[in-house]
Amino acid sequence: MNYLADVAALARKDLRLELRARDTLPAMLLFVLSTLVVFHFALPTGADEVAAQGLLWVALVFTALLGLARAWAPEREGGALDGLVLAPSDRSAIWLGKSAAVFVFLALIELVALPAFALFFSPLQAEAVLGVLLANIGICAVGTLLAAMAAASRTRELILPLLFLPLAIPLVVGGVGSSVSTDPARYLMFLGLYDAVFAILCWASFEYVVSE
Amino acid sequence: MISARAVEKRYGRRRALRPLDFRLERGGFLVVTGPNGSGKTTLLRLVAGLAAPSGGELVVDAARGSLGYLGHEPLLYRDLSALENLDLYGRLYRVPERRERIGMLLERYGLWDVRAERVASYSRGMTQRLALCRALLHEPDLLVLDEPFTALDLEGAELLDRQLAELVGTATVLLTTHEPARVEPLATSRLALG
Repeated sequence: MNYLADVAALARKDLRLELRARDTLPAMLLFVLSTLVVFHFALPTGADEVAAQGLLWVALVFTALLGLARAWAPEREGGALDGLVLAPSDRSAIWLGKSAAVFVFLALIELVALPAFALFFSPLQAEAVLGVLLANIGICAVGTLLAAMAAASRTRELILPLLFLPLAIPLVVGGVGSSVSTDPARYLMFLGLYDAVFAILCWASFEYVVSE
Repeated sequence: MISARAVEKRYGRRRALRPLDFRLERGGFLVVTGPNGSGKTTLLRLVAGLAAPSGGELVVDAARGSLGYLGHEPLLYRDLSALENLDLYGRLYRVPERRERIGMLLERYGLWDVRAERVASYSRGMTQRLALCRALLHEPDLLVLDEPFTALDLEGAELLDRQLAELVGTATVLLTTHEPARVEPLATSRLALG
């Protein structure tokens, strides 16, 4: 129970910081909406739905990347990560709390982005929305860990996309598959498996990311 | 409580801390002095477990969570208030009667009236006072303080003097300073680096 209480306290802290500073969410929202507008005009009239679904995932992955790049900024600014690492709580709680907060940010963005996509292109099926939710878990699990690794580097803005995008490819495959395939269940199961495997890996390895 | 044998730290080819031997018994008060770049901060980060030695042996007999650390950075969230920062750390450190303890520290360090203001709006000295509150919040057995008098005004420095005097015998203290005379009466051992 202490573990979950720590995770909740850490996630609440991130939500409070964002509500107060408004550093990340407005930027993510503006980015995803402007990207969808650009795609709307870039895609030729009569282009098939599959192409549009692919572009949705491009927009979502790069929007997530924007949020992930800022994820550890509050810890970096005041050296607060050292404070969290010294606390007696399990260090994986730091990762889980941060992942939970990033998940909430991403979900809030998608609450606007998915209806916007439906407006510009075509409505999404329930399977596609489920695919987005499952992909969010993977994005947050992997992205938060990689962002923590990148945060320690001076070239973090370069390193994070280089680390994250290759690992996000399966999520894009699963997400697009769940949106356009005739057998979306197969892709949803693939996303679920990715989430489970990578969440366990990230949970277990975070300790080593924050230790020298 | 702390035993170091030939402990050293390198970052690549750069040596941040020369091989060093020392012991600090439980309840002791070690004052570390030395010029800039001599490795004082590195030593404290090694003792706190925030960095790993490149060579030698360092044994710190303190459970996780029983160490209070004050570094060059305040380890605080700038967009949270003093109360919110200490509440977060109090939860993570499982401080009993958290609210009372936080209130007592904020009163003592003269921050009660600004407890709801963001740390970003604090002066450097106020931030240092709050960082001290954070380091002391869980009543640590081992206190590691890196130049704790930095940025404190006369009143803040006297508060810290009193706090350190109270800690003698009840906690083990490892402290770096450029003003060794200030803590000389409390010191049980001294270490000069460089």
